[in-house]
Amino acid sequence: MKPFHTNVIAALFGTSLFVPSLSQAEIDPDLKALREEIAQMKQAYEQRINALELRLVQAEAKAAAGPATAQQAIVQQTQPAATQSNSFNPEVSMILAGSYNNLKQDPNAYQITGFIPTQGDVGPGTRGFSLGESELTLSANVDPDWRGVAIASLAPSGGVVMENAYFQRIGLGNGLSFKGGRFFSGIGYMNEQHAHAWDFADAPLVYKAFLGNQIADDGLQLKWLAPTDTYLEFGAEAGRGRSFPGADNNKNGVSQVALFAHLGDDVGVSNAWRIGLSLLSSAPNNRGYQDANSSGTTVSNSFSGKSRLWIADGIWKWAPDGNSTVTNFKLQGEYFRRREDGRLASESVDCGGTCADSFDSNQDGWYLQGVYQFMPHWRFGLRHDGLGYGTVNIGLVNSGVLTAADFPVLAAHDPKRDTAMLDYSPSEFTRFRLQWAHDNSGVGAADKQVFLQYLFNLGAHGAHQF
Amino acid sequence: MKQIIFLILGLLSFSAYADLKVFATVPEWGALAKEIGGKHVDVFTATGGLQDPHHVEAKPSLIARARNADLIVATGAELEIGWLPVVVRDSGNSRVQPGQSGYFEAATSVRMLEVPTRLDRADGDVHAGGNPHVQTDPRNFLRIGESLSVRLAQLDSANAAEYQSNFKSFAERWKAAIGKWEAAAAPLRGIHVVTQHKAFPYLYDWLGLVEVGTLEPKPGVEPSVSYLGQLMTELEAKKPRMVIRAAWNSPRPAAWFAEHAHIPVAVLPFTVGGDDQSKDLIGLFDDTVNLLVRAAK
Repeated sequence: MKPFHTNVIAALFGTSLFVPSLSQAEIDPDLKALREEIAQMKQAYEQRINALELRLVQAEAKAAAGPATAQQAIVQQTQPAATQSNSFNPEVSMILAGSYNNLKQDPNAYQITGFIPTQGDVGPGTRGFSLGESELTLSANVDPDWRGVAIASLAPSGGVVMENAYFQRIGLGNGLSFKGGRFFSGIGYMNEQHAHAWDFADAPLVYKAFLGNQIADDGLQLKWLAPTDTYLEFGAEAGRGRSFPGADNNKNGVSQVALFAHLGDDVGVSNAWRIGLSLLSSAPNNRGYQDANSSGTTVSNSFSGKSRLWIADGIWKWAPDGNSTVTNFKLQGEYFRRREDGRLASESVDCGGTCADSFDSNQDGWYLQGVYQFMPHWRFGLRHDGLGYGTVNIGLVNSGVLTAADFPVLAAHDPKRDTAMLDYSPSEFTRFRLQWAHDNSGVGAADKQVFLQYLFNLGAHGAHQF
Repeated sequence: MKQIIFLILGLLSFSAYADLKVFATVPEWGALAKEIGGKHVDVFTATGGLQDPHHVEAKPSLIARARNADLIVATGAELEIGWLPVVVRDSGNSRVQPGQSGYFEAATSVRMLEVPTRLDRADGDVHAGGNPHVQTDPRNFLRIGESLSVRLAQLDSANAAEYQSNFKSFAERWKAAIGKWEAAAAPLRGIHVVTQHKAFPYLYDWLGLVEVGTLEPKPGVEPSVSYLGQLMTELEAKKPRMVIRAAWNSPRPAAWFAEHAHIPVAVLPFTVGGDDQSKDLIGLFDDTVNLLVRAAK
């Protein structure tokens, strides 16, 4: 290799430069300088070739030594790309969830008395062993500007519900971010979290009563993060209002609007907090629900009008020196207040199969929970839930067309619940939870609930929100 | 009214002016960025010296800082996978998205150790890119520092010469210090040690310590007492001289093993701020070498 290269170089220079100077006698100084230059170049080339050959030999030796280092290979990375959470594209993950439930009261009779039912699946689940929702997530950067996320919930009884499916504009700059499709609304604290990331097996009563567990509308979201060292974020959402507290209105335009603001910071290295204020405003048309009239027959009722929900939320997290591995504590609470104003229609036979009159309600609720990790992998938590019946004015009752007994679901009642839980997470991807609750959601005897739940996370390591 | 405005402005205090705002995920890169950036950088460090770098939360304060950053300096190799993607996405900052010049990963500049040949969670918390704890070998700081100085120069060309000279001066001091540490650590070469979490392959590679076992059965998995007992019997013949753990590891497994095997525990600072002596990068390795040498006596 070396002689060949040197010869080629010499021949090239030889033909182009030596040929015209055949006459030996008149070697002028210029030519002499040229020859010296060429000699230097030749030397330089030879040195470079030698160096290259040496590197080749070293590389060969390294390659030969490679297989000897078995299981744990050592690699030289010259210019690798930024690492991804999964070498596959897109990232795939699946949540497996299930539980054993021991429920004193019949879960089919579950209701949150005093509050218009949400039509969502807010009950405590099935008695005995039951599979929960299996959640399949696919996500990837679509191109340098867009990211797509799809989360399908596979119901144990069969069927697939598209829980989330949205695109996100990444790196819009100036603190702006933009999302569209179906996504969990940014209102409140827990709404944006997926059920498997909750600290208890079920949602707080305020989420069950006011949002039907969780709200994921179809629409658009724009968020702006202020350019300050303190976290200050504002968001706005416009949607169709496809589910409670909205109703599919069969209407052009926007039927549900959400606004929210979040403020957060650290206190020292050990504490972090975030507070928020949100408003969800919907205009449902014929939002139906089932009730039983005074003679016990099922009646369909529906509400049309305005619904406004305010949420104040706060979260405080403590971890000694910021290290949450050994011990940590989390205190979280939210307050909900809802005002609904409009008309309530009933299809009760007692009013001739169709009647309607004014309806307004002003109700609230809250929860406060604390979760303490007392040693690695083990956590203990307590939660208290309360809903306030407030004022409910049913025009059909006030005018005497129907009686309060025709609206048993709206009977005056302040639901309450106390919950305790203990969970064990042998790894980041596994969790077992034992939960006990004393539930006074409905009028009558309290329900005593015991849940033994499992959660497994297969596949891509998702990053969690605060 | 005026007071309220001042109060709000104070609450939302904009940080002091500097040419580049650097967001470092862990203290060691924050310290390195200060060495190279000098007065032209305003460095924010996302985590403390006693924090387990695997378990960090996407706190509001971190998102707010990433919003205004010109450069994110991360370790990479999936160390920050549980929180940094959320922080970067929620920051609404186009400059620091992965793939942009405002996103820097230290691990891409160095030779990675323990790159797994198979990826299976049955092996515990493994990182596809190799062991991410590259900062425990001081020689890596020279390579990472050089790449970082190039990146800083690229982002802030007006001060490029200064970044270059800062790196040169750092490299000179650093090389001298490495020589000093290597001399002090010479007696450590070849001694057998037990590690709690696989956090130090780069340190062992540098100083020639031999890891004969780890207390965690798999990376990130807490050992049980029966496992530790069994491990102790297995390792008896290998005669480990000490148990090594990082400051942020749970203290119990190492303490149990040390007590029952009658060997000392070396609690290494792991990063800047990991203990009182590790106030800066030099202090970090002064203290690491010192603790090891003392435990080996």
